[in-house]
Amino acid sequence: MIFLDNLINGLSLGSIYAIIALGYTMVYGIAKMLNFAHGDVIMIGAYIAFCGLQYWGLPPVIAILAAMAVCTLLGVTIEGLAYRPLRQATSLAVLITAIGMSYLLQNIALMIWGANPKSFPRTFINGASIRIGQLSISSATIWTILANIVIMVALTLFTAKTKMGKAMRCVSEDRGAAELMGINVNRTISMTFAIGSALAAIAGVLLCSSYPILQPTTGSMPGIKAFTAAVFGGIGSIPGAMIGGVLLGVIEIFGKAYISTELGDAIVFAVLIVVLLVKPTGLLGKPVREKV
Amino acid sequence: MKKVFALLMAACMLLSGVSALADEAVTLKIAHIGPTTGAAALYGLATLHGAEIAAQEINEANGAFKIELINEDDEHNVEKVINAYNAALDAGAQMILGTTTSKPCEAAGAQGYTDRVFFLTPSASSTAVIEDKDNVFQICFTDPNQGSASAQYIAEHGLGTKIAVIYNNADVYSTGIRDTFVAEAAEKGLEIVSETTFTDETTDFSVQVADAQNNGAEIVFLPMYYTPASLILKVAADKDFHPIFFGVDGMDGILGVEGFDTSLAEGVMLLTPFVATATDEKTVNFVTKYQKAYGEIPIQFAADAYDGIYILVAAAEKAGITSGMEPEEVCDLMIAAMQEISVDGLTGSMTWDESGAVTKTPMAATIVNGEYVFE
Repeated sequence: MIFLDNLINGLSLGSIYAIIALGYTMVYGIAKMLNFAHGDVIMIGAYIAFCGLQYWGLPPVIAILAAMAVCTLLGVTIEGLAYRPLRQATSLAVLITAIGMSYLLQNIALMIWGANPKSFPRTFINGASIRIGQLSISSATIWTILANIVIMVALTLFTAKTKMGKAMRCVSEDRGAAELMGINVNRTISMTFAIGSALAAIAGVLLCSSYPILQPTTGSMPGIKAFTAAVFGGIGSIPGAMIGGVLLGVIEIFGKAYISTELGDAIVFAVLIVVLLVKPTGLLGKPVREKV
Repeated sequence: MKKVFALLMAACMLLSGVSALADEAVTLKIAHIGPTTGAAALYGLATLHGAEIAAQEINEANGAFKIELINEDDEHNVEKVINAYNAALDAGAQMILGTTTSKPCEAAGAQGYTDRVFFLTPSASSTAVIEDKDNVFQICFTDPNQGSASAQYIAEHGLGTKIAVIYNNADVYSTGIRDTFVAEAAEKGLEIVSETTFTDETTDFSVQVADAQNNGAEIVFLPMYYTPASLILKVAADKDFHPIFFGVDGMDGILGVEGFDTSLAEGVMLLTPFVATATDEKTVNFVTKYQKAYGEIPIQFAADAYDGIYILVAAAEKAGITSGMEPEEVCDLMIAAMQEISVDGLTGSMTWDESGAVTKTPMAATIVNGEYVFE
């Protein structure tokens, strides 16, 4: 019974990591860069949804759509202003820029919304829990898992079937060759950021529905853990992000429940180190062949 | 040499200027240091506003003392608090009302110990705040007292015997209260059935709550600030787990979180010396003025700081502090005076010993219909 309870808690936490990891993996897979500001775009999305619900009295679905719209715009702007000029720069420069962007977003949020934590309002997402015998599953968990599956399938179909999706895969495979074939690389990468950021808004709403405290640093720790999940599952692989996220959540909860609550975070990051040592490309990552 | 000179100066002033000074009110320059921005801003603003109300009352009364309040922001940060402390002294502060939160207060108090600056903290409650420092005094309970007082309260009022404790093991405030709570609980025959921890970054409390629930806890003791507490209440509600949640002063403020579903906090108890809905004359006067000035109901921290200004004035009167007296000189006089005075304030009757810890009776409030009520 306690085992099942913990398993459900783990799935619930893991599904949150998974949905954030999808954003990381999507951008990494196509633009080949680690967008460390992703966690903070999530935070901005959550704040916009919070404002929609709390101040403007919007219905939840409209508030989420508003958050998606703002985040999409934000993602494209960040990409255009900060990352595009560095397209030819070393990956280290881009990484540092992303970290800088992350702090910039946190401080902007601090300016606009202040430091006092806000509690995310109740919506249909965190309604009554569902009870099966003694077990209870919060409705936020069910929504998160559903959203994960829908997004994963939609993203897989999008990259496999649509013209833009094909362009994305081409850019991912060989940026130079894609450009020679007449693919607009900048537009493709912009589009990737637009999708990734819209997903961030959804992740933000789901994150804050499960853990309803909203402050400027809300996105950073889940962001780092989700990044771990993305690496665990194989960064760049969409199903990998999903599996990595869920597994990491279950590992974290089991570690806390059966080893020690004090070591929860340590266990999560130990997993990252072990994965990098044993299987550097992650569970579902494609092996990279180095040309010598 | 400087000290001797200062003493001589003081003696001369006393001999020659007594009659002249008596007519003119003494101006006390008091610096409030607390987090008026940052994660703990709710507390820093409360202590600042409470102090402002008291200062205004004293200034309007045209008595023997005038208060000049200086405010410095420490952002609840152990590095920034030193800057705030230096800025306060540069601005001419003679004594410090602060700092609001424990960790910064330990840092600033230690610096003040070296520099000989007097601190009266409204709400920093860890032992380390006053430990090995003769210059720091507290208005609130020291953490050990909060932990043992909570255990005493629970045992005396028969709230239950099976207790779960969830605490932040990265925070001295939380661990300090937990330690004495556990020790006192054992003496009172209360059984700790579950004990789990978390850190500052934790947002998922499902394991901690499940452990308390599966071990049949009747009371969950939460020695922490309100942010993690609000997440614990949410998880417990999702799991349909309804024990008595018992918090300490850090729980105060949970009802002020924007967007918080206050029904989650229904029935939560907390150890507090002040409840804004109490009907005694002092409380009503303070709450009315506070609401008029800042548009919100004061929390305990505000009441502590309000008392703080009055305590400083009472001690300054006893010590014979004069306008423009240097902080080093003020410090030693205030330390002696604090141990002699007894102040009957908003938060109870208080006396101090040389350790700097306060003595007063513990009281606990319950949240009913979104308001704190004394049983």
